[in-house]
Amino acid sequence: MLAFVLRRLVQSLYVMLAVGVLAFALFRFVGDPVNQMVGQDTSVEDRDRLRQELGLNDPVPLQFLNYLWRAARFDFGISYQFKQPVMQLIAERFPATMELAVVAMILALVIGIPMGVYTGLYRESWVSKAFLATSLVGISLPTFFIGILLIFVFAVQLNVLPSFGRGQVVDLGFWNTGLLTRSGWLAIIMPAITLGLFQMTLIMRLVRAEMLEIMRMDFIKFARARGLKSRVIYFGHALKNTLVPVITITGLQFGSIIAFAIVTETVFQWPGMGLLFLRAVQTVDIPIMAAYLMLIGLMFVIVNMIVDLLYFAVDPRIRVAAKAAH
Amino acid sequence: MLRRLKGIAVAVAVALAGAASLAALSGSPAHAQNTFRMGFQGNLNTLDPYTINETFTLAMLGNVYEGLTARGPNLQIIPGLAERWEIQEGARLWRFHLRRGVKFQGGEDFTADDVIFSAQRIRGDTSDLRVRIPNGAEFIKVDNFTVDVRLPTPNPILIADWDTFYIMSRTWAERNNATQAVSSRATEPGFSTLNANGTGAFRVTAHQPGVRTELTRNPNWWNDANRRHNLDRVIFTPILNDATRVAALLSGEVDWVDPVPVQDMDRVNANATTRVMAGPETRTIYLGFDQRRDQLLAPAEIPPAPAGAAQRRGTNPFKDVRVRRAFYQAIDVNLIVQRVMRGQARASALMIDPNLFPRHAAEFQRLAFDTAAAERLLDEAGYPRVQGFRGGNNRFSVGMDCPNDRYVNDAAICQAVIAMLARVGIHITPIIQPRAQYFGKILAGGGYNTNFYLLGWTPGTNDSHNVLIQLHGCRDDRGTGGVGVANVGGYCNERVRDLTNQILVEADPVKRDGLIRDAFRITVNEDVAYIPLHQQALAWGVNRRVEMAQRPDNVFMLYHVMMR
Repeated sequence: MLAFVLRRLVQSLYVMLAVGVLAFALFRFVGDPVNQMVGQDTSVEDRDRLRQELGLNDPVPLQFLNYLWRAARFDFGISYQFKQPVMQLIAERFPATMELAVVAMILALVIGIPMGVYTGLYRESWVSKAFLATSLVGISLPTFFIGILLIFVFAVQLNVLPSFGRGQVVDLGFWNTGLLTRSGWLAIIMPAITLGLFQMTLIMRLVRAEMLEIMRMDFIKFARARGLKSRVIYFGHALKNTLVPVITITGLQFGSIIAFAIVTETVFQWPGMGLLFLRAVQTVDIPIMAAYLMLIGLMFVIVNMIVDLLYFAVDPRIRVAAKAAH
Repeated sequence: MLRRLKGIAVAVAVALAGAASLAALSGSPAHAQNTFRMGFQGNLNTLDPYTINETFTLAMLGNVYEGLTARGPNLQIIPGLAERWEIQEGARLWRFHLRRGVKFQGGEDFTADDVIFSAQRIRGDTSDLRVRIPNGAEFIKVDNFTVDVRLPTPNPILIADWDTFYIMSRTWAERNNATQAVSSRATEPGFSTLNANGTGAFRVTAHQPGVRTELTRNPNWWNDANRRHNLDRVIFTPILNDATRVAALLSGEVDWVDPVPVQDMDRVNANATTRVMAGPETRTIYLGFDQRRDQLLAPAEIPPAPAGAAQRRGTNPFKDVRVRRAFYQAIDVNLIVQRVMRGQARASALMIDPNLFPRHAAEFQRLAFDTAAAERLLDEAGYPRVQGFRGGNNRFSVGMDCPNDRYVNDAAICQAVIAMLARVGIHITPIIQPRAQYFGKILAGGGYNTNFYLLGWTPGTNDSHNVLIQLHGCRDDRGTGGVGVANVGGYCNERVRDLTNQILVEADPVKRDGLIRDAFRITVNEDVAYIPLHQQALAWGVNRRVEMAQRPDNVFMLYHVMMR
């Protein structure tokens, strides 16, 4: 177990280094930050001085080493645009993204798993067919389109939900939350649906496929023969056995929900990290981009590790295999 | 059992709709009286008024800070913190009489010391607004409420851009260690980035950059008795996405948005509670040519002249005025205004908004759209159509640089131009990029790496001299010396240079305008230095409850907003 974790940690370091190299390589193609930082009348001499002081004229390998050294200490410097420490900006935006991602994921699980179980058990029912048909929408429509559609219906036409923002936010000191106010809950409904719809569809289809397979297996037949109640068979035995792939997918998807909340955050002007990142790309705010990419890389690494550890808990076979290997 | 499971699944599936209908029953929350909510496409990144010389930031801060002068709804210069001023010694000495009894929002008294301090701060190394004050200008405190500005050379337009030279409190800055402007290259966060203390109509009461900014009416404003607004609170939110911004306006969640995309204007006007406020902006959109290099850059290609063709002048076709004139006449600007801009623009003959040059602007006319004349000019210049060149009988091929997220429908304008030029045998390779890459390539930082490009320009001073010196001033390869920074094509004419120098020091406004006219006659009529296309329209979306003034330089004055 310990060896397993250590091995994964070392692998994670390599992954982070690779992310760093890729991110740094990317910055050489995003454009010139200086033009975004000064007015149109600023003289070339002043622009040159700015470029010099930002270290943009240093040799590339030196820039890279500086970048790595600072990234390793979580010091990403000052944002070009905001003149604020990048880590502080990200820390301010992190709760917004995290709340959105968690609510979206819970929505996806709470709706997706029952729907999957149901469609797996009653394949022929009209309800199942309706679920499957609507799930196609979640898979095939792009996120921004769903978001705009929701805004058009619920904000512009019906005027019941806010079209942008996070509503009233309560500052708890270490965390600012929109989940303690009514306007905050109203504001999170549409972004969470938009962000979670694809995951919900995915989980539903996954659970359905697994259920179909497992319901055919011998141990279910034996359970039935023993006269166990349907509820126990479905949820105690069948569902539990479908969970390994669901956990994997949920874990991986949670990482990507955070990373790709960019589109949803932009559509709903959700003040999270994704929006910060998108704006940083437009204005070539390299410190923010660097920090964001490293952070997302780190998040994926951690999520993956947690998923691997969860396998241990859920699937006894993996534990056995790990022991046998040593 | 089966039924129960089915029931649960259905119930969960409709949960989304349930939440929405719950919200529908309770209705949307009412908002407080006279809170003006703004949605803009960009961020308010800093509260320090000297960090960046950019319209939006300075416009927003203009509601908090004030200059010695101000500009009214029609851009006329009016007194601000200076009650009046005198111009003496042939515009070498300016004497400002300061308003008495003015207090900063933090309670400090406004005196001559604050003006002297602000002049020092804005001229400091870390300021981006150093252009506000001419080199060698001396600020002298005569008494507590009189300041002299002594200039080495006459300058009749000294105060042209002083409406955005905001006065800061010396005591406040010293107390908070903010005596230096927070630089673009700052490595430490500065106090004045997140805090403001002006004399203006509104105070900043909350500011989270990129998320939300809240202003509250300043009841102690010196002009509060005559105020032309009835706002108690202003909430500013950046809304990046066009569709979201328009939806927020339509649903009544914000009262003002900028900009409204041209394709959404009808929708905003059709809505019972909203309308579009459109008007010409002072920004001129134009095309420029590389007139400096001897060889065009890749991907340009010029086929060898066929036998019998006219003699070419040099190897860069854009150095020949006939080619520039031909390009001009091949472009149907009215079609661009009607179709691409959907009527939300005004064709322009000058490189400056005619409203900013009222005395003589009407004397200038655009060259007629005439493809036959264009073809003739290109033939005469030695660029006849060459059989089979670039997929047709084309004359030569050149790359065109164009942004796609900077000006209204910028990329679409370029596509139209490319199609029009194809008709006279010019093959163009479009190089269309987002602004970050685009400006990085074509401006000084990228070595002016373009042959043919689209750009927009608003003179920061609202004066022709800025256009002449920045877009027509002779620059070197790197653009150093503060002249011709944005003269991307490297246009240069000695006569224009001399006239520009005279214009700078000419104190008589009638003579001065005459000199400007002479300069424009050369750049526009003789040299065809650029192809001016149009002044794009400003398009604000506002709630019908709101009455406000719209200034052509896209500066919004919250102290001119009335809500019903």
